[in-house]
Amino acid sequence: MKLALPKGRLLKDTAALLERAGLRPEGYDERSRSYRLKSSGFPDLFFKVFQERDIPIQVAIGNYDLGICGLDWVAELLAKYPSSDLVKVRDLVYGRSDLCVVASGRSGISSLGVINDGFDRVRIVSEYQNLAESFALRQRLRRFSILPIWGAGEVYPPESADLAIIAETAAGNLASYDLVPLARILTSTAFLIANRDGLAKADISELLACLQPFEAETEAETVLPAGGEAKGEKMAEGEEVVRIALPDGHLLKPAAEFLDKAGLNIRGYAGEMGEGGECRESEKATRRPTIDLPGVTIKVIRPQDMPLQVANENFDLAITGQDWLNDHLYRFPSSPVKEILKLGFGKVTVVAVVSKDLPAHDVHGLRDLVIGGLLPTLRVASEYVNIADKYARDNHLERCKIIPTWGASEAFLPEDADLLIENTETGETLARHNLTVIDTIFKSSACLIGHRDTLSHPSKKGRIERIIDVIKKGG
Amino acid sequence: MKVPRCKGMRDLLPDDMVKFRRIEEVFRHCSLKWGYEEVRTPTLEYLHLFTATGTLTPGMLGRVYSFLDWDGWSGERVVLRPEGTIPTVRLYLENLTGVEVSRLSYVGNTFTFEETGKERRERWQCGVELIGTSQPLADVELVLLASEVLGKLGLGPLEVRLSHAGLIKALIGELGLGAAEQTQIFDQVLEGNIKALGEIETEDIDLKRVLALLLDVTGSSPGFLENVRALLGKALPRFEPSLRDLASIAELLGTMDCPYQIDIASGRGFEYYTGVMFQFYISKEQVGGGGRYDDLISLVGGPPIPASGFALYVDQLMDLLILEERPASRILVQSQDGDVTGLNSCFEVARSLREAGYLVALDHGQKAMGDFRWLLSVSGEGLFRLTDQATGGKCELTSEAEIRQVMENSR
Repeated sequence: MKLALPKGRLLKDTAALLERAGLRPEGYDERSRSYRLKSSGFPDLFFKVFQERDIPIQVAIGNYDLGICGLDWVAELLAKYPSSDLVKVRDLVYGRSDLCVVASGRSGISSLGVINDGFDRVRIVSEYQNLAESFALRQRLRRFSILPIWGAGEVYPPESADLAIIAETAAGNLASYDLVPLARILTSTAFLIANRDGLAKADISELLACLQPFEAETEAETVLPAGGEAKGEKMAEGEEVVRIALPDGHLLKPAAEFLDKAGLNIRGYAGEMGEGGECRESEKATRRPTIDLPGVTIKVIRPQDMPLQVANENFDLAITGQDWLNDHLYRFPSSPVKEILKLGFGKVTVVAVVSKDLPAHDVHGLRDLVIGGLLPTLRVASEYVNIADKYARDNHLERCKIIPTWGASEAFLPEDADLLIENTETGETLARHNLTVIDTIFKSSACLIGHRDTLSHPSKKGRIERIIDVIKKGG
Repeated sequence: MKVPRCKGMRDLLPDDMVKFRRIEEVFRHCSLKWGYEEVRTPTLEYLHLFTATGTLTPGMLGRVYSFLDWDGWSGERVVLRPEGTIPTVRLYLENLTGVEVSRLSYVGNTFTFEETGKERRERWQCGVELIGTSQPLADVELVLLASEVLGKLGLGPLEVRLSHAGLIKALIGELGLGAAEQTQIFDQVLEGNIKALGEIETEDIDLKRVLALLLDVTGSSPGFLENVRALLGKALPRFEPSLRDLASIAELLGTMDCPYQIDIASGRGFEYYTGVMFQFYISKEQVGGGGRYDDLISLVGGPPIPASGFALYVDQLMDLLILEERPASRILVQSQDGDVTGLNSCFEVARSLREAGYLVALDHGQKAMGDFRWLLSVSGEGLFRLTDQATGGKCELTSEAEIRQVMENSR
């Protein structure tokens, strides 16, 4: 019997649930770095810890009999694959969040009704791209584009997107970004989910009986904050403004130091960061830092999302990693995004990794296993879907199946994937998980990227070149 | 080893292709004679071509094959065309708007996902669009053209069912629903569940009677529409234009001796229909459909131009079509010696027999020759031995003219 457990925001309450049920997986806590857990009282149970978002697909394809994750990610899977083998077993009540369609209070969008008339094309950003698409179709938007993002959706409207579909966990956090909720797509709580086949064949009644919500607690309806009046000064946004995107996450600290050294005076970028580098609301750090250059604005977003954003001219300049630039360019070879400067910090190596137990020392050995039928379908897990796809193609690793992951990818090997395309700094994490590198794909570090046309923009050109010059000196 | 085929996709084998081409030929021949010119639109279109019209239901758009192109970084998707009319309208707007009345025809495939994979996800259609006229005569022309094609295919008696989008819309309007409810019921109707209309509670007794009549009774003459008119009472003015339109089409079809049924409940399909909708049935199987779509061209972004059209469903027609006997005069040519001179004579006689209209294949040492009526063995000296596999008769011949003579005589 295999159970998939969530990392992150649901971890604490899920641990408490398992504790009450008497299952007690050893080492399931926020500090632990192990992904495979056992419970001494239940030797037949195997637990694995995943990013919440990976759990519905893992259960749907039958790698796990049961899983616990938010309803939002279940709905995201079912929106695209309604006939997948996923059964919602029970509402566990905790971990409530509302998935909302929001617009900026400054955009003048006050209700969904006006959207079709006001826009030539409606730009929607979301981590939930399938739900975003069915929302757009249901709403009968005449023309729309959906830009998938890894996070920080709240900072996109109004300049970089017209609508964002984001999870709101506590009433009020929309208001601090001056966002107006237009509709609630669903209310998500933690759910116990099961694989249809597993449920049909094996007797898991004992487990189902003990995985109960603590009490039939009915939380009070979260009241969405009312659509606020436009507050704060009107943004001086327009064609003329030079827009820069700076990274959050592990690139934040070195990027802040680098820019500081170059002599760019940016306030509100490096402050107190939340766990995992998420930008936390505090006096110091914000997702919209300021810079003392006239006509220049800054937003802090995920480095993964930058190439796509720059391609769409939502930003003129951005600092991201070459790994994410390559992942973008492999998917969109004629993309107008280009690397302007190598910045040198944030060095990682993108590598191909297998379990030490797999009898393959290099990619040729791996190919032999695929051709020889030992791995009839090679399962490749990666956050870099397009790099992984190209790597498999270039090395003739056929047949293969790419499994997109959302972090903690090393946990997939060996049970749930055979090959991992991953970045590594020192290789320590890989070694700790009994993994070995069989190929180095490329070395990556931070870089400044821009849109092909940006440098020749008549009125922005001068300012952009000055910024690039300053950054050059920083290196 | 069996290499799997994509779920929901179909191979067309030689016998299928004979049927396919037969249907295509009859369709192209007839539509050409009626003045329709053939066009072909690309397989890929922008998704927003279909969402822009606001006339396809979310349910339908949720089943299209859409994806990001290699330069799709804007997040806008392309789609394998899910139907044939909207792309043809786009083609018309881009190239042909100067023409007062356009008659266009096409043969093409469409793609829609369906979950089980047991039904076809790729479907073939023969369609026509008649753009630039709003006269009932145009709709009648389409019904007559479709009947002619189906008649020439000799598939059995054709049933023409007529419905009217204007009537259905007026009915929904009379029910006094809220906007959201109205959209919902409309989507249900479009996806084939028109009976949903009858399940709605209404206190209007007149309306109830009309609903019952329209949904449960099939009319076969303009008289049926007179009955509806009599029952409508005070709501009549809102139904009058649609009733009058349908009546004049019915009357014209009657004049042309084209039997039809007025079956309001048969109306389903695309939301873009504004007027009459027709469906073609043979042996209980729907083999085609179409209707009038006067608003579509302006919804796609063009001027207000009226139009109507129909499509015949090739896959269904292929299932109904009984294959004619393969042509009997297939000839297999063998070389007796196998040297260069012998092969030369083989190619030579094969070429002139092909030019004379025969189907001639060269022997590659195969054992099974059952597919061929005639075996022709050629010697280097230019002598021929002809075997009739049907009768076992053999004869020695010296010229191509003699060979043809023997085959002609045996017909």
